[in-house]
Amino acid sequence: MSLRRPAKNQPETFEFNSSSIKEANKIVLKYPEGKQQSAVMALLYIAQKQNDNWIPLAAMKYIAKFLDMPYIKVYEVATFYTMYNLSPVGKYFVQVCTTTPCMIRGANKLVEACKEKISDKENELSNDKSCSWMEVECLGACVNAPMMQINDDYYEDLDKEKTIEIFDKISKGEDPKPGSYRGRLNTEPENNRKTLMDVKNA
Amino acid sequence: MPKLKVNDIEVEVEDGLTVLQACEKAGAEIPRFCYHEKLSIAGNCRMCLVEMEKSPKPIASCAMPATEGMNIKTNTAFVEKARKGVMEFLLANHPLDCPVCDQGGECDLQDQSMFYGVDKSRFKENKRAVPEKNMGPLIKTQMTRCIHCTRCVRFATEVAGVSELGAIGRGEDMQITTYLEHSMQSELSANVIDLCPVGALTSKPYVFEARPWELKKTETVDVMDAVGSNVRVDTYDWEVKRVLPIINEDINEEWISDKTRYACDGLLNQRLDTPFIKYNGKFEKASWSEVFKIIKSKFENSSKDKVCGFVGDLTNMETGYIFKEFFDRTLNNINYDSRSDNRFLDNSERENYIFNSSINGIEDSDLIFLIGANPRYEATILNARIRKAFVNNNTKVISLNDVGDLTYPYKNLDGQTQTIKTIFEGSEEISKEIISASKPMIIIGESLLKLNSSEQLFNLIKNFLKKNNKFTDDWNPLNLLSCDAATVGNFDLGILNNEKNLLEELKSNKFEIVYLVGQDNLEFNKKDEFVIYQGSHGDKGAEIADIILPGSAYTEQDGYFTNLEGKMQKAYKASYPPGEAKEDWQIINELAEVMNNRKLFNDKEELESSMFNYLKLQKEKQITINEKQKISDFQNEKLNIQIKDYYFSNAIARSSKTMIECNNSKLNIKSTGTDG
Repeated sequence: MSLRRPAKNQPETFEFNSSSIKEANKIVLKYPEGKQQSAVMALLYIAQKQNDNWIPLAAMKYIAKFLDMPYIKVYEVATFYTMYNLSPVGKYFVQVCTTTPCMIRGANKLVEACKEKISDKENELSNDKSCSWMEVECLGACVNAPMMQINDDYYEDLDKEKTIEIFDKISKGEDPKPGSYRGRLNTEPENNRKTLMDVKNA
Repeated sequence: MPKLKVNDIEVEVEDGLTVLQACEKAGAEIPRFCYHEKLSIAGNCRMCLVEMEKSPKPIASCAMPATEGMNIKTNTAFVEKARKGVMEFLLANHPLDCPVCDQGGECDLQDQSMFYGVDKSRFKENKRAVPEKNMGPLIKTQMTRCIHCTRCVRFATEVAGVSELGAIGRGEDMQITTYLEHSMQSELSANVIDLCPVGALTSKPYVFEARPWELKKTETVDVMDAVGSNVRVDTYDWEVKRVLPIINEDINEEWISDKTRYACDGLLNQRLDTPFIKYNGKFEKASWSEVFKIIKSKFENSSKDKVCGFVGDLTNMETGYIFKEFFDRTLNNINYDSRSDNRFLDNSERENYIFNSSINGIEDSDLIFLIGANPRYEATILNARIRKAFVNNNTKVISLNDVGDLTYPYKNLDGQTQTIKTIFEGSEEISKEIISASKPMIIIGESLLKLNSSEQLFNLIKNFLKKNNKFTDDWNPLNLLSCDAATVGNFDLGILNNEKNLLEELKSNKFEIVYLVGQDNLEFNKKDEFVIYQGSHGDKGAEIADIILPGSAYTEQDGYFTNLEGKMQKAYKASYPPGEAKEDWQIINELAEVMNNRKLFNDKEELESSMFNYLKLQKEKQITINEKQKISDFQNEKLNIQIKDYYFSNAIARSSKTMIECNNSKLNIKSTGTDG
């Protein structure tokens, strides 16, 4: 990881659309009078959702004015948290976990697949501009390692071939099925349950 | 009041103080980087770790409130080890470039690593490198050296009131920067250089100029505005290398404005270093005896009513006093003034021209009403105090005019004098607020005094405050915001003429000889007048002169200045005047000797004691010159606040290259590459 910088090509303006405004106002109301600035993180997330999963500088300015706080304070927050994307990402935004459990289970193979199928470097758009990938720290699905996240869904128990399969589906415009790719239900043991055999709904 | 033990010494501290402050009270020195008395507590450098009984871990003393019964140890092996550990982490990413770092010799990190650090490094990995940031023409950045104490960020947000600095990124990638690297738009910005405990933020104009131990340090006062900030002038040989603040809690606390700090390079440029005489429109060098002879014959050949004199905005009181004496005793004439505009002044009482509530009083006030003043530019340090009052006490501020960003919110009115009139006739909402406030402050700017109906307005305001019993033994709500260092001192010395309108007569060319002492702000069309200019810089006054007498700037002579509150402070000689130039009082004294074969004063001491005597007498009998009241009808006017160009407000600042750069960065002029 290094310091993430805002993208070079920035849109001139940004404004919340009507549904974002509704959502933002709802969040701002949660905070007591005079403490509206606390809503900055939620608002940045709304802006990111609205703007193809990344936050332009114009949006930071807009939020700063929205919450009546200095630009730099919003900028600080946006650069601090890695889940705010400061430059454009693909329509399919792939995050590969490479923290220890996934790494032991072969996360580097997933990274290889990304490099082959999407782009050589992290945070670069694929040739058809639909996809980008990055390495991230633990996403909390260690039981199903190795795994990756595409937009809002987790794809688990992967290996290189299965990852490539998923990417192929994506490039055809299909939506691959999220979840385990070795046929597990959520995080239950592989093949068969080994404990609590007498409890039916465990 | 909790009692606690520090190294077995019992101390009792006030409520709300921290362990660090308690340790200091007990005489134990605690190393620190992020902690600063005037800023909020961050607690992120961890250098101030101390041992507390019953705590398994060392505690950050700057962030821990002192409580009853604590037992603190600051000199144990445990503390020493903790400090060494912190120091090692801080130095892990700090470059070893002290030999080329401007902070060297006055660097907290350098000093503290000598005292508390380890002498070896175990860090074999690559050090972090951070790109430099643009922070404007005054602050040079070398962000690789930054240890992320965030003092600069806190200063900008809390004291300067411009939230432009911040820390972006996180962990090892954290960087201190301004928003998208715009230069910092504050008149207090350069104070972050003093605050920076390492060499990350250093002074751009002073870059690689000198080492601190090479400089001669003189503690003196500043003359760039009327606040009279206490400063230390550092000189290397003749040159004034830099100006730094010194602490005076009653005036400037720990800060000085950028103009105070950086106009000092103007002391090197445009200097008058030898007497000049104008022949056929061209200045030619001359000797002192020549110019004195010419001046003498000129004075002898014109009638005494045809002579007038003006004292300037940076003149010290000794010079002002001897100038007055020269007119009173040598020329037998009272055609002298220190004002360069038609400003109303009733000097029968001293409270009519000083800042009576005092700068400290701002913090006690509960309502501040600015009339015709823009303190951000007219008295930057005073404005910082108003901001402090706003931050701490939420003091309400009202301004007659919309004067832009003052770094605190205020309510602005319409800027018409009619509004002042109705308010101080008592019929407005604000009138009631003033009446109900326990310690209101009315701050009157010089712009109000220049209006046609200034006299009526001033008296109206004063009478309103009197009538409502706002003048008490410990509070005086009337405040005049002077802009120039010499203003109050000159008024104290009575260097003004309320009988004649000298400026009008000057403008209608009634005088034959005009004697200007450091006065560069007069506007008149010169015809046949013979103009003598005495001063330090070749500025507007010298341009129109026929004879130039080279004087000294404030750093080159001892002299008293009275600040806007009426506090008299002495500026000490840090350097000496260039070339043939002399101290200002000396020039007038010698001129008097040439004219009358008798000096006005034998030496500086005699001058000083005479001046103090005069001031004492003035204090005893409040003079009442101004008996006749101007009777004219009130007319509504738009009160325009005329501020002199902030970075060019006096002769020294106008000669300063740094001030030009500041001005350009403010105007956001993009460098074209062809402007040299």
